[in-house]
Amino acid sequence: MKPLSVPERLTKNRFILDEEQSHIEVNQEIAKATGTGKLLVACCPAHVYTEEADGTISVEYAACLECGTCLAIAAPGALKWHYPRGGFGVQFREG
Amino acid sequence: MTQTAQTAEPDFEVIVIGAGIAGCVAAYQLARQGRSVLLIERGETPGSKNLSGGVLYSRGMQQVFPGFCTEAPVERRITRNYVSFLNADSSVAIDYKDARLADPVNAVTVLRAKLDAWLSERCEEAGAMIMPGVRVDRVLTEGGRVVGVQAGDDELRAHVVVAADGVNSFIAKEAGLRQKEPLKDLAVGVKSVISLPRETIEERFNLTGDEGAALAVVGDCTQGVGGGGFLYTNLDSLSVGIVVRLDDLTAKQKVVTDIFDHFLAHRFIAPYLEGGEVLEYGCHLVAEGGLHMVGEIVMDGMVVVGDAAGLTLNTGLTVRGMDLAVGSAVAAAEAIGDALDRKDTSKAALGSYRDKLFASYVGQDMKTYAKAPHFLEAERMYRQYGELLASVMYGTFNLDTQPRRHLLKVARQSLARSPLKMRQLVRDGIAGARAL
Repeated sequence: MKPLSVPERLTKNRFILDEEQSHIEVNQEIAKATGTGKLLVACCPAHVYTEEADGTISVEYAACLECGTCLAIAAPGALKWHYPRGGFGVQFREG
Repeated sequence: MTQTAQTAEPDFEVIVIGAGIAGCVAAYQLARQGRSVLLIERGETPGSKNLSGGVLYSRGMQQVFPGFCTEAPVERRITRNYVSFLNADSSVAIDYKDARLADPVNAVTVLRAKLDAWLSERCEEAGAMIMPGVRVDRVLTEGGRVVGVQAGDDELRAHVVVAADGVNSFIAKEAGLRQKEPLKDLAVGVKSVISLPRETIEERFNLTGDEGAALAVVGDCTQGVGGGGFLYTNLDSLSVGIVVRLDDLTAKQKVVTDIFDHFLAHRFIAPYLEGGEVLEYGCHLVAEGGLHMVGEIVMDGMVVVGDAAGLTLNTGLTVRGMDLAVGSAVAAAEAIGDALDRKDTSKAALGSYRDKLFASYVGQDMKTYAKAPHFLEAERMYRQYGELLASVMYGTFNLDTQPRRHLLKVARQSLARSPLKMRQLVRDGIAGARAL
């Protein structure tokens, strides 16, 4: 089977994007100071988090699979994460 | 929505948050008792936010829905359990097949988006009201007592709220029933569903009809990180993935998707997937703490069920959660029914949920396997043991024209070459016998 990249895999999923609000917010200072930023990049199965050249963490919230791993590994204050508003986000057809 | 006082009639007798297995079974049981039940689901449709590895031990579900295995959208009846230590170039497995597992059906593979949609239809049929596409933001409390839920600007009131909102359970956390879990008690599962023709699956896994296989592997599949890999057969697709413990993943500074890719590309896994197409990609947090993660599950006006209550169990051979969700929902529905009859939904009155839970297979099994999480934390389970076993097998099967030695000598020599020590082996043997 041809290996797919994470973005390629994500195109197989159905998402309903909440264009008005993101459900994820990184506190850049705390994320950097605590090392949470690098953990987010490594542990998110959807590659929602990317470390930019300046060391900040950018967030592609539209790709979120809503597992909650990021919140579990984040240092206190480094991340605000909750579920998207009702009806938005990933909509599994298989599960 | 109505703004009734605590003494006045609420909007519903029971509000259930989350249309997963625990939420649906609780709503169904309560609706069948004739209670007015609202089942709120944040997904666009019930099932659309839900994901599992895929094996449901189905006996508890059959007690709730007697026709479950024939009527519900289940995939395959598991009659083959294949458990292996997987190294980079070798694998040592137990391949257990048993026709008795098909009749009565013991376990089935499921795809939750399909199964949970079916479950919620049964709830609706039984009289529950389903409200999809709505996220509950918080529970309403009055004097420390849960009296309903808030979703956006809407407030809905009930005598009892059932938190069935899954492993992240924001509801139980906000209500103060759960704390943030330590990373050693959490794992992340990453999975793909891969389509393959029915016949190809049956040929590759040596199956007939709707029989299914469940492969569980530890070792190189997770690059030595605590956890394992799985490969389950659906009707015309495979569920394949890894589950890795977050403390170990972060300590070893691995990238979770690299581990997943490594597993899919493994020389002993890739041939199963050959020619398949990815249908979907998903992930899910898994509670791995066992009994000690089940904290407070009852308060005035609210109970917590399923994953939200920390009810998952990894015994090394069987990995369970969905059957525990069923059992907890059945226990909760009974307790809530009794409490509503007595017109007392205080913590004390709802407390019979906990008693019923621990009298059932759910609580009993959580207790039996209470030591399993600690045992399975040992690093050597995920690397050295598999290599040791393969080394013994190689010494036995590799007939290199050198004079043969007895198996015991081969094993001793393999152990001498392994970083494992005899006393660790003995200690793990005893601990394993006690824990599993």
